[in-house]
Amino acid sequence: MAGGFDIRRIDRRIIFALIFIAVAWPLIKPMRLPIGVSPPVQTLYDAVEAVPPGAIVMLAGDYSPDTMPELQPMTESFIRHAFSRDLRIVVACLWPASPPLIERAMTPLAEEFGKEYGTDYVNLGYMAGGIVTLLGMGASIPNTFPTDYGGTPVSQIPLMQEVRNFEDIALVMDVSAGTPGTREWVQQVQSRYRVTLASGVTAVSAPNFYPYIQSGQLAGLLGGMRGAAEYETLVGVPGSATSGMDAQSIVHALIVVFILLGNVVYLVSRRPAGGRTRQGRDAA
Amino acid sequence: MSWLQMLFNGPPGTPPSVVWGYWVAAVLTICIYSFLYKDNPLYKFAESLFVGVGAAYWLALLYHETLVPKLLQPLFFPAEGDPVAWLRVFPGILAVFMLLRFYPKLSWLSRWSLGFIVGMYSAVNITGFAQGDFVAQIHATMTTPLTSGGVLSVILNASAIIGVFAVLTYFFFSKEHKGALGGVAKLGIWFLMVAFGASFGYTVMARVSLLIGRMQFLLGDWLHIIP
Repeated sequence: MAGGFDIRRIDRRIIFALIFIAVAWPLIKPMRLPIGVSPPVQTLYDAVEAVPPGAIVMLAGDYSPDTMPELQPMTESFIRHAFSRDLRIVVACLWPASPPLIERAMTPLAEEFGKEYGTDYVNLGYMAGGIVTLLGMGASIPNTFPTDYGGTPVSQIPLMQEVRNFEDIALVMDVSAGTPGTREWVQQVQSRYRVTLASGVTAVSAPNFYPYIQSGQLAGLLGGMRGAAEYETLVGVPGSATSGMDAQSIVHALIVVFILLGNVVYLVSRRPAGGRTRQGRDAA
Repeated sequence: MSWLQMLFNGPPGTPPSVVWGYWVAAVLTICIYSFLYKDNPLYKFAESLFVGVGAAYWLALLYHETLVPKLLQPLFFPAEGDPVAWLRVFPGILAVFMLLRFYPKLSWLSRWSLGFIVGMYSAVNITGFAQGDFVAQIHATMTTPLTSGGVLSVILNASAIIGVFAVLTYFFFSKEHKGALGGVAKLGIWFLMVAFGASFGYTVMARVSLLIGRMQFLLGDWLHIIP
């Protein structure tokens, strides 16, 4: 094969270019491939549906801008789902970068659904401390978050007059990119206070949390952009996650082709020919 | 509105600062991606800028979101109905102790802060892990139904139990992995490989998602090629 095309020595920039095309093309020309709904997403949706209208749910924001493509659609869909069912939302964050991200999703949706700040939703902002904050919330949420994100004392916020601790929260939805995040919510809150807990996480961390579904500690799980797209499908308003799924599927197919091709070439090159392997022939 | 007008002015009603923000973000994104072709000064510039801006961003964020509202403000301007705000003087002292690491004569005081953090977090984490993870997962495995929920459910549940058993056997080192023990341990390796493969697949999905997010920004917010 000397002088000919050897796929094992392919310029990796060709692979980058193919990946670029595989991502860009479906975004420009959407194919609208079907999106099936997996059981963890369906159970999360059902858990929100089971909360009676008027009840208070908590949206816990534990992420930062670097994970927005995966997690922001989850936040938007959850807020939309909750508002559409007349649920009231209390936002509490363990990551300092989360409050503005949730504000960015919350403000237009509150306008769309005619929800009023302080009555229908409140953003308590960020509190340092991680698991200590979670334990504090178990005792008293107003004491742990004495003011909201804008600095208003919670004693002056009507919605917060109905919130003492997790007993007043019908469901917690944690959107998490790491630590502190879903694992801490499971260990410190769900196991202690038996709160109904659902979660949306990055795809990298999703496999770590599936055991919590099987054990019943999580009411549902959204894993990465795929989970977000499934949730958007159930909520009925396709967003950025849904529009990205065509690209996701095409790139995955392309990567599978790369893997198969690489293995086929590897196996062919190992096959003995004339008593020698490919490496042996090359060496000769 | 023509495409060029959209590119330089944004959709109607978009403030110029937002449009130029998109331009800066787009140019820096392209600078970073230029590394995929080969290392170059534009990439180095964007990388250095990112490191500097990132450090400043987190410093400012922690100052405004943690130091001021959680320590300085409650300490010096306590809210009404917060008679124990003065207690925050203790974490404040521990924070100062931590900074004394830079002053050799008093750096030993930082161990008090570290000791407090390690002790407190260990206590909280151990109980949380034991209650929420260790016992709960063992309980869930022991009570996995094998007789209800349909054939597929039974197969999946049985595979979970067999998987736990095989992997735990693989990590049993008090006897040489030979014979039946070796066979079960080998099965455990297979389960581990499947788990690693699934985990790697999810990692690929996450990275591709980030690329999709950037492309949505470049093709949508910046170039207005996609809605």
